[in-house]
Amino acid sequence: MSTDASEATTAAAADSPKGLNRARWVGFKTIVIREYGRIVRIWAQTIVPSAVTSALYFVIFGSLIGQRVGLMDGVPYMQYIAPGLIMMAVITNSYGNVVSSFFGAKFGKHVEEMLVAPLPNWIIVLGYVVGGLLRGFLVGGAVTIVSLIFTHLPVHHAFVILGAVVITSVVFSLAGFINAQFAKNFDQVNWIPTFVLTPLTYFGGVFYSVSLLPEWARHLSYANPILHMVNAFRYGFLGTSDVDVGVAFAIMAASALVLFGVAVYFMHRGTGMRE
Amino acid sequence: MYALSIRGLTKTYGNGVQALRGIDLDVEKGDFFALLGPNGAGKTTLIGVLTSLVTKTAGSVSVFGHDIDRELEAAKACIGIVPQEINFNQFETPETILVNQAGFYGIERPLARERADKYLSLLQLSDKRRKMARGLSGGMKRRLMIARALVHEPRLLILDEPTAGVDIEIRRSMWDFLREINARGTTIILTTHYLEEAETLCRNIAIINGGLIAERDRMSTLLRKLQAETFLLNLREAITAVPQVAGYAFTLVDEHTLEVEVSKEQSLNEVFARLTALGIGVLSMRNKVNRLEELFMKLVETKPAARSAAGGVQT
Repeated sequence: MSTDASEATTAAAADSPKGLNRARWVGFKTIVIREYGRIVRIWAQTIVPSAVTSALYFVIFGSLIGQRVGLMDGVPYMQYIAPGLIMMAVITNSYGNVVSSFFGAKFGKHVEEMLVAPLPNWIIVLGYVVGGLLRGFLVGGAVTIVSLIFTHLPVHHAFVILGAVVITSVVFSLAGFINAQFAKNFDQVNWIPTFVLTPLTYFGGVFYSVSLLPEWARHLSYANPILHMVNAFRYGFLGTSDVDVGVAFAIMAASALVLFGVAVYFMHRGTGMRE
Repeated sequence: MYALSIRGLTKTYGNGVQALRGIDLDVEKGDFFALLGPNGAGKTTLIGVLTSLVTKTAGSVSVFGHDIDRELEAAKACIGIVPQEINFNQFETPETILVNQAGFYGIERPLARERADKYLSLLQLSDKRRKMARGLSGGMKRRLMIARALVHEPRLLILDEPTAGVDIEIRRSMWDFLREINARGTTIILTTHYLEEAETLCRNIAIINGGLIAERDRMSTLLRKLQAETFLLNLREAITAVPQVAGYAFTLVDEHTLEVEVSKEQSLNEVFARLTALGIGVLSMRNKVNRLEELFMKLVETKPAARSAAGGVQT
């Protein structure tokens, strides 16, 4: 057992800074692999629904209603809503993945497996965030494939597309993580998505340009971070945006940093987990 | 260097309840140590502090020289914990649970898989390795938690009532296994409500009561402190009246069973001689309760103030 000379013990590895860093990296990879395994294992719950929903949006809003709308910001309506629908799927799935996985771990008490292990809090947060990011990518990819069935999607700026999707996914993974930290039951897991996330997403310029809104509503919309995310992403594809893309990235990056700090702080305090 | 060294450890919960009121405790390397106490005494809080699931209010804890305030990760790496409640993901397989747990302790996957094989085999769970954990029996779940606690080969193994609800056959095979890993150098701290278990396995003992250490000694030394033992005598023939013997208080449990308390100054030979003189034959005898249990009850009962101070503690 622990006297087996052929295998360096974890405790011995933890005695050196190099060993600690290696242990942290392995711990991080383990969380990510476990999250990925969970997403893939229950693919019918994690990946398929968003693809089906987005197909319905394309049929109803894009194909049936969209033909009457005509052009939006100079592009066909179907093409206009495609980036927004992809981003909407990324947002809801990144958030949903982390909130349900981490709250499930709390509820089933197996979060203790990580809490008793020599994993720093920021590694645990980062592991879950990358899990949310993977789900965002997988679902975003599935919705993109569905979009391509209905419309053509040009690539105006690939790095903007990649940057927007990564940072947005990180932001909402972190938000989901914080929700799970505070949630005491499954109702509280659903409150934020239902009463905050969904309204902000629908008013976030997925289906329309804010230039169509009265001035007061347009100004109010600028306070909605999802508007900036959706528009930065749309700019990457179509080269058109209601907001300054630089400002949008600054808002997204700042949100990610603040939320990461908040999540790690509450992990350190043990909110909802440690007594 | 001690495997575990605790100084002045206190824990006051948010509701004002003091679960730990200044614990000092050292556990030697390689020891098999019993930590006993009544419900609400503070055992689980103490273990929670060691594993960082409970935040201490004051005091210091070091594990193999690693102070948990300064080197928490190094301290945690030394510990394996088997908690009271099932806390693995019931929708994962035993193999996945072990491989992931090894990963959380920094063990790369190829070695983690080898370790999972090894401990699933040692805990006789190899044939269940790819079954969903929720389908395991109660005893198998307990063994899975032991395997999980060992997969990173900790230097200190903490078992919080590991055999609760496990049948006697599995319990005894678990005892053999624990003796074996202790003999190979792993320090073990055991909490249990089966005092026979503690008496059989452990060399040293601490009894915690009301958030304080009420006793800390070698098991053998502590058992010698027992001033009197209560025996049950199985009689050859039925009797109806309690025998009157000077110096001994007999109680008739039923017509074939007598209870008698024998102090350290008295002897069983004398008891048998006196009963024989009265024409009462004894077929067999046994301790009314396990010796440690008798001592434990006396220690706990003699400290009512301490106990009531922690009354209702949710630990």
